[in-house]
Amino acid sequence: MTKKKTTVKKKKPAATSDNPAEKSHPSATNKNSYGNGRTVYIVDGARTPFLKAKGKPGPFPAADLAVGCALPLLARQPFEPSDIDEVIVGSVMPGPDEANIARVIALRLGCGKHVPAWTVQRNCASGLQALDCAAMEIVLGRAEIVLAGGVESMSHAPVLLNNDMVGWLGAWMGARKWQQRIKALLALRPKFFVPIIGLLRGLTDPVVGLSMGQTAENIAHRFGITREQMDIFASRSHQRLAAAQDNNHLDEIEAIYDTRGHAYADDDGVRRDSEPGKLAKLKPVFDKPFGNVTAGNSAQITDGAAMLILASEDAVKKYKLPVMGKIVDSQWAGLEPAQMGLGPVHAISPILQRNNFSLKDIDFWEINEAFAAQVLACLAAWQDKDYCTKELGLTDTIGELDQSVLNVDGGGVSLGHPVGASGARIVLHLLNILEREKAKRGIASLCIGGGQGGAMLLERI
Amino acid sequence: MANNNYKNWKINQDNDSIVWLHLDKQGSPTNVLSQDVLHELRDIVFDLEKNPPRGVVFLSDKESGFIAGADIKEFPEIKTEEQAREALNLGHSIYNSIENLSCPTVALIHGFCLGGGMELALACRYRIADNDPKCKMGQPEVKLGIHPGFGGTVRMIRLIGIMNGLDAMLTGRNISARVAKRIGLVNYAIPKRHHINAARSVVFKPPRPFKLPFWNKLLNHKQVRPWVAKLLTKKVEKKASRAHYPSPFAMIDLWVRCYDDHQYMLQEEINSFVGLIVGKTAQNLIRVFLLSERLKSLGKAGDYNPKHVHVIGAGVMGGDIAAWCAMRGFKVTLQDHKMETLAKVVQRAFGLYKKRLKDKRLIRGALDRLIPDIKGDGLKSADIVIEAIFEDAQVKRDLFADIEPKLKKDAIIATNTSSIPLDELNTILKKPERLVGLHFFNPVAMMPLVEIVHSPKTSEEVSNKAAAFTRRIDKLPLPVTSTPGFLVNRVLMPYLMESVELAEENIPLALIDKSALEYGMPMGPIELADTVGLDICLKVAEILSQHMDIAVPDRLRKMVEAGKLGKKTGKGFYAFKNGKPVKPAIPKDYQAPTDIQDRLIMRLVNEAVACLRDKVVDDADLADGGIIFGTGFAPFRGGPFHYIDSRGKDQLIKLLDQLEHRHGPRFAADKGWQQI
Repeated sequence: MTKKKTTVKKKKPAATSDNPAEKSHPSATNKNSYGNGRTVYIVDGARTPFLKAKGKPGPFPAADLAVGCALPLLARQPFEPSDIDEVIVGSVMPGPDEANIARVIALRLGCGKHVPAWTVQRNCASGLQALDCAAMEIVLGRAEIVLAGGVESMSHAPVLLNNDMVGWLGAWMGARKWQQRIKALLALRPKFFVPIIGLLRGLTDPVVGLSMGQTAENIAHRFGITREQMDIFASRSHQRLAAAQDNNHLDEIEAIYDTRGHAYADDDGVRRDSEPGKLAKLKPVFDKPFGNVTAGNSAQITDGAAMLILASEDAVKKYKLPVMGKIVDSQWAGLEPAQMGLGPVHAISPILQRNNFSLKDIDFWEINEAFAAQVLACLAAWQDKDYCTKELGLTDTIGELDQSVLNVDGGGVSLGHPVGASGARIVLHLLNILEREKAKRGIASLCIGGGQGGAMLLERI
Repeated sequence: MANNNYKNWKINQDNDSIVWLHLDKQGSPTNVLSQDVLHELRDIVFDLEKNPPRGVVFLSDKESGFIAGADIKEFPEIKTEEQAREALNLGHSIYNSIENLSCPTVALIHGFCLGGGMELALACRYRIADNDPKCKMGQPEVKLGIHPGFGGTVRMIRLIGIMNGLDAMLTGRNISARVAKRIGLVNYAIPKRHHINAARSVVFKPPRPFKLPFWNKLLNHKQVRPWVAKLLTKKVEKKASRAHYPSPFAMIDLWVRCYDDHQYMLQEEINSFVGLIVGKTAQNLIRVFLLSERLKSLGKAGDYNPKHVHVIGAGVMGGDIAAWCAMRGFKVTLQDHKMETLAKVVQRAFGLYKKRLKDKRLIRGALDRLIPDIKGDGLKSADIVIEAIFEDAQVKRDLFADIEPKLKKDAIIATNTSSIPLDELNTILKKPERLVGLHFFNPVAMMPLVEIVHSPKTSEEVSNKAAAFTRRIDKLPLPVTSTPGFLVNRVLMPYLMESVELAEENIPLALIDKSALEYGMPMGPIELADTVGLDICLKVAEILSQHMDIAVPDRLRKMVEAGKLGKKTGKGFYAFKNGKPVKPAIPKDYQAPTDIQDRLIMRLVNEAVACLRDKVVDDADLADGGIIFGTGFAPFRGGPFHYIDSRGKDQLIKLLDQLEHRHGPRFAADKGWQQI
């Protein structure tokens, strides 16, 4: 891997700078990815409970999820849905009836026909990409209020026909005479009926041919992350989510309702009885039989949506909007697809560099838990001199991240990782944490299938 | 065509010699077949007969549709059989001429195509309908106690067969374009944008006629008809009695007697129709229709344009009101502190939308407009707030005090209280003039009436806005004063209490219900009480008994204490099985007292008289309309006051005196009788 980004300079690493006076306010300089444009505020947000997939299509298709959490979100705003300038939604695999799902969502929310909407796709960080795009619209002065977020109904991922079957169907449709039909029927083979599970294909890198779990095995091996470490991390994720539920720390959730008389208000992937000993009994699912990554220390397959409202300073003043925080900086990075789990390392490091921050300057962290192994590998990479110098082009390590400020209310392992939605969820929840803890600064980051990383720096006002 | 000086018709003859007859009734948003429209049509058709073109196409220039039917406002002018016969003869001669034109005739149908409009289309050789869901065809005459009178009874059956044809006319239901195509009522159901092309094509290349199934011929056979009629009659008798609603029976009879001879059947249709329209049932049903038009006109309030309704309380009433408003296009936030309750409302709403909207996109749209709102976030942006919480004045006052400061400054506060006077509720408000009652009836989806309750403090503007809103959700507004029970519950309660009295006297429950049904009520009072819920009946009765002279029967209290609340608990007066009451049979040797029906109905009528004396509503017509649409009071009797007129005031006062003598002072004739 050679370095590509010019923003990563070989200079004295920020981690070793211990003089806070040297650090300048990011927005006071033009050293962020938004240039010297307008300030971007996040004023409100809501998400659905994250609902674990139970082996069949769940109660809500993707658009229902996004609409379900955004309707109450918009209902409490002082502006009308039609006052929104743009709707941007991240989604990896919208259903067949949801092409440009953002537009479907915008219209169903009552934004009206004149509010444009587009869908973005950057795999596991699609929700974060939507927020970044929304921010750029505001920075550039193209929009005052943007509704942005992410959604995924992984339980509704399509099951497809294979190409043999599609070819056969074509021939069958074309067969007009009975002789032709008999001929077509005789050509039908059992293997034609083997379906393509869209979800599995989506979670496999099409270039290097590894499943996401295998990429996690890769980096766990590289940094010597043990099965025990993974299971401890996973169990802690569940305990933290359980505590957050008990302390009502998840009030960003809006209950959603199906048409069969049920309401859904809580993330249902949490396992309150989770402990490393129990997790140790699970078999590996990706590298059988000797691997370490199990269903228990990976993110769950889950349905969910998170939607946020971003606004310019003018809009905040005009509608007297409450401000949760502002988006200060963001970064996208690419790396070897077989090591995609290290994406956060490559996305976060430049932000720290150009803002002259050390890890300790960030009060709270949300690094999406695609795999316990993958988050632990990121932390290990920052402490690995070889990695920091060779892969990041630094002169020294970045240092150790304090895990007591990382994913404090659980993450993908316990909540699930509806791929399109997670990026928006961690930004929303990070802002809630900053508010709750009266803290200033947070970074939200995700690894991205295909070998990328994305990160966003947020500040509470 | 030489003469093009018609007020309502526009005639265009194109280069291919096709005549396009555009109906655009002057001064009306919808096309109706008023006398002037028909007279002009007669002249036009007369010209066409003399000089037949290549083809004739009927179409409407109105957005609302083709032709909505006869001008019912002209009906009350028909007083004698001769007048009716004259009007029908005119229609028949025009339609017969159209049918007999030598060139192809086409009706281009969009929107409403009902009654006489449908019959005009039937007189054409071909029909092309717009496949939009707004396109609705049918023969609803039966709802007015009559049947089609411009040849519809003949041509409908001939075109689409006896089963579908009679079904359409006996039920009066609307037929969608899709169904119309399937049963052969129209030749094409296609988007309106292709109508002109299609009409031209049909004129030049006539499509093959629709083929009815072979058994249709069999059913229409002279020897078979009486047997089929017997079966049909039995079916109809289950829905309506011959004495109360003669018109469906007349239609069956017409078919049995005359089907073999087209001309004779047309003639007999006229004879049958004139007999019906001067009859009591038709006259009363027409009156009811005009009453509903009058109620509708009470809800026209200029440019008031509310968009967002906030409903507080997701119980049966609150939830159903919210679901209804969302179905009618409003954004609705529904506030309740219990998520499970809200979930049940969404489920019920889904059921309603599936039944009414059918199309999955429309259903989803309505569901998206119905927003469960635990925190009450919708309050501050709502145009109308409807309170539908527990029936307790103090609880309601506390709620109003809490919400008033959060509302938009011109938001209306409406209460769905069924019995608490507004002046007991508005005391807490800084602006008491904004409180109005919007009293819906259960089940909301079925009951067309909403009482607009106003106290002296309610501003006229707020009352008018509430009435206009009621029209927006397609209900009938009835302004009533904020006196206990308003109009509907006040007249209903003595009637229900009397039924409990009768039950106390050990008169079989089924007999009590039967007496009311025989009068023409849609449901017996015992079953009604069970359906509404005995706890609610008791609550309303208790509130009313504080203000007026009605005794609350002990039996009711005991049943509520024992948890027998009616349908919702599975046991009330009746035991309920699958949501239906199990009515014990009336013993064969039972000697029933003869005054059961009088006792029930006269309590209601007497109270209605008292309401008018108290000026709860402005006049007797409004009282009749309110009581018919609010209680289902036998529509063919035209309402309690019309009933008084038809039976004679003195007669009924005498009846009350007898009942008072026999059963006590609760039957004492109200002093309002003197003022009628």
